[in-house]
Amino acid sequence: MKRYVIIGNGVAAVGCIEGIRSTDGAGEITVISAEPHPVYCRPLISYYLEGKTDLKRMLYRDGSFLANVGCTVRYGVRAESIDPLAKTVALSDGAQLPYDALCVAAGSSPFLPPMKGLESVAQKFTFQTLDDALALEQAITPECRVLIVGAGLIGLKCAEGLHARVGSITVCDLADRVLSSILDAAAAARVQKHLEAQGIRFLLGDSVAQFSAGSAEMKSGETVPFDVLVLAVGVRPNTALVKEAGGETDRGILIDERMATTLLDVYAAGDCAQGYDRSCGARRVLALLPNAYLQGHAAGVNMAGGDASFDRGIPMNSIGFFGLHLMTAGSYDGEMIAADSGDAYKRFFVKDDRLKGFILIGGTDRAGIYTAMIREQTPLHTVDFSLLTSAATSAAFSPAVRTERFGGAV
Amino acid sequence: MKRIYVNEAWCLGCHLCEYNCAFANSGLRDMASALKGRQIYPRIHVEGKDGVFFAVSCRHCEDPLCVKSCIAGAISKTDGVVQINREKCVGCLTCVLVCPYGALAPGENGAMQKCELCLQNTCGAPACVTGCPNGAIVYEEREAAV
Repeated sequence: MKRYVIIGNGVAAVGCIEGIRSTDGAGEITVISAEPHPVYCRPLISYYLEGKTDLKRMLYRDGSFLANVGCTVRYGVRAESIDPLAKTVALSDGAQLPYDALCVAAGSSPFLPPMKGLESVAQKFTFQTLDDALALEQAITPECRVLIVGAGLIGLKCAEGLHARVGSITVCDLADRVLSSILDAAAAARVQKHLEAQGIRFLLGDSVAQFSAGSAEMKSGETVPFDVLVLAVGVRPNTALVKEAGGETDRGILIDERMATTLLDVYAAGDCAQGYDRSCGARRVLALLPNAYLQGHAAGVNMAGGDASFDRGIPMNSIGFFGLHLMTAGSYDGEMIAADSGDAYKRFFVKDDRLKGFILIGGTDRAGIYTAMIREQTPLHTVDFSLLTSAATSAAFSPAVRTERFGGAV
Repeated sequence: MKRIYVNEAWCLGCHLCEYNCAFANSGLRDMASALKGRQIYPRIHVEGKDGVFFAVSCRHCEDPLCVKSCIAGAISKTDGVVQINREKCVGCLTCVLVCPYGALAPGENGAMQKCELCLQNTCGAPACVTGCPNGAIVYEEREAAV
């Protein structure tokens, strides 16, 4: 009986378990979960603070999942090192766990740049895990002033989650706009305006020069008093286990289209991995939940002796703030086509007769039609692209394509 | 398994399927009180151009991207039917971003909804099919079209 070990207990691990079980119903699966919780929906921690979900509903799989798939989870235990020759994983409780196939789905960790005076801040938090959210929840009061360092996805979702439960929120970022990794300046300005209308204050193009008890002195000279600090500067893929075992890493753990690392029988998936990004033709860390599941699933199938590849990952985000929905996908490469309509902000990026990426604020109906065009590399001369820029619709495809998609099982 | 298919040569673009769908899923017994003067949130919708129309609803894919992409673990596939647990859904629209068919949309309260083949309501058969005046929408077993 084959022994499978999965390091990490997030969505990539679930994909891996389900991938293994699609191929091997009998092998022994052990999951190493540093977090003491059953697998939960990590992106929902802000919705938890907001009261839009709760601890029970935010579980990723129901209570019978582990029994159904036949899998052991070792909670509260860390993987310390991998021995790729002996094919064992050393655990923080002293155990040596042997494997025939290993998946590293270790996720990422908050990046904490050195900040002067940070040690003087009593109430400081990161915002990545359920325990982070629970600790933050304990610290906040209806009157408290919150400073969030980082106006990326994590910082802004945290702001939304806290909004109704705290006195005030200030968000600062070194970048000159919000969501700088996924939005252009005009889109960012719209989102910022919407958030400011909710009372959230921004200090952009600015950073903390020094913390002292109860306040932050900004580089701009402004002093921001606060009670609670959230550090959401960025995340780093957890690559150390593979790197120290001699596997190739870059920003993330390098994987091929079968999710294999350069170590024999060691695979990687999810936020710690750096796999192929079809929209730019290079390997990139695609730290988003759908790719984590899909990579994990492909890894699992291959670990169990099957043959699966996943080479259609692209960056993509669907995210809402106080009722304003935005979606982005792919790479912002090539000619930009602006196609605003009504209140909707729409930007498409086109190169070599292919859709490479898009930014939508509002006007998100059926946007998966666009995403599929990036993923499938659909030649634009085969579609009515001017119709598509006004609205996502399958009417833009040829009757033959529609027959294939809607005329039979898919 | 049986799925819903639309013959675009016969679809009139009349949108009746949308109203029948909204009524079927309203839980109400009277169509007028379910629909009159209200914005409807059907799980099937008509698209088209240049006089060609077709109604789109969930394809219940063999390998559904929405199930694998849902950040809330709210979409699952049971006995071939892709279903949403609307209690778990947080309305992030990730499923809209990944569905190549444009088959999911938010309902009245922001939680997503999609065609579940009228298996969760009291219709007994898909209301869009039984109500289609031109027989353009059918519920039957088919192989892949290519």
